[in-house]
Amino acid sequence: MVNNIRVLDLLAEIMDPEIPVINIVELGIVRGIEDGPPPRVIITPTYVGCPATDMISEMIREKLDGAGYDDVAIKNRLSPAWTTDWITKEAHEKLRLYGIDPPGTHTPSCPRCGSTNTKLISEFGSTPCKALHACKDCLEPFDRFKCH
Amino acid sequence: MPKKPETVYMLRLADNALILGQRLSEMCGHGPEMELDMAMTNMSLDLIGQAKLLFEHILTWEDLAPNADVLAMTRPLEQYSNCLLVAQPNVDFAHIMLRQYLFSSMQKFQYEALLRSSDKTLAAIAEKSLKEIAYHIRFAKSWVLRLGDGTDESRARMSDALESLWRFTGEMFANDAGLSDAVAAGLSTNFALIYGDWKLEVKSVLSEAGGLTPPPDTRMIMGGHQGQHDENLGHILSDMQFMQLSYPGLNW
Repeated sequence: MVNNIRVLDLLAEIMDPEIPVINIVELGIVRGIEDGPPPRVIITPTYVGCPATDMISEMIREKLDGAGYDDVAIKNRLSPAWTTDWITKEAHEKLRLYGIDPPGTHTPSCPRCGSTNTKLISEFGSTPCKALHACKDCLEPFDRFKCH
Repeated sequence: MPKKPETVYMLRLADNALILGQRLSEMCGHGPEMELDMAMTNMSLDLIGQAKLLFEHILTWEDLAPNADVLAMTRPLEQYSNCLLVAQPNVDFAHIMLRQYLFSSMQKFQYEALLRSSDKTLAAIAEKSLKEIAYHIRFAKSWVLRLGDGTDESRARMSDALESLWRFTGEMFANDAGLSDAVAAGLSTNFALIYGDWKLEVKSVLSEAGGLTPPPDTRMIMGGHQGQHDENLGHILSDMQFMQLSYPGLNW
């Protein structure tokens, strides 16, 4: 029997490699822990081609092994597909402070000055999860987390 | 060579994603501007990600190779079963965007036909990929419209691309043995039935793109699904396979 809360706490120490201000639990990648045997951490990848996916699995393995949970397996689950709705509200605020407009149905807003007078530069940004926008008031470019 | 109807069909899907992903990756560092460069490499990454999931899943059905990399990277040319369209060269940005639009708009129907598959993992891969395909369609379509409805030169280039690529579209919807066996096995619904709807949708977009019309469907070129490829795939493979054939099992 695994101590689920303890394992979840450990996983919450793992930051997303591309967006190091939010952890993988807040990001909605960790879907739960099954008792087993063997006990398993269930994860759902954000984007199929995202290079961070393999890296995150390795980080989880390392974290679990380091804490003596080397018997806990990691299981990838594809369905239901990951959605930005699984990102927590707290994480939205962290994204904004980090300079990324969080996902949602709201009008794109500049994370620096708050203006909604913005334009889309490209639907594809520096990582699969982001689109590139620019603020027409403070003139700064910014990333917006794509609704997915 | 795959023997089961399931693996024959899934290999086709995997090869389509792999080869188009490889084609798009050739544009890395060569896009007309940085945002477009990133868009093309992002789409390439999505497609190679789909291919990876599919190749790994195929191996759970049939022992075709020791691992997904070997299956993806080391087969002889005639064992690749992608459609001919995805291997067509990156002639110019109009060709690249039209190829993407024609393929992604087809792929949407092809993957929707897998959502109620008897193979739950395949259905999950399709569900996941469809979210990304929606972006690919939107991006490529916006450029088909912009170039078709743009300057004389951009319209001429889009028109040339259509003249050159249209003859490869029939193959994608061919109701051949690979598809009908997969349908009989419950793997997919018969998405070839959607060919007419797809053509209506694409023709309406082309018409909006400066009044472009595709050439008549008199002779569609086929054979890719059966491993009969034109010289383009050979050029892709000589580049893509070089490292794995020279240094088997090489890792980054």
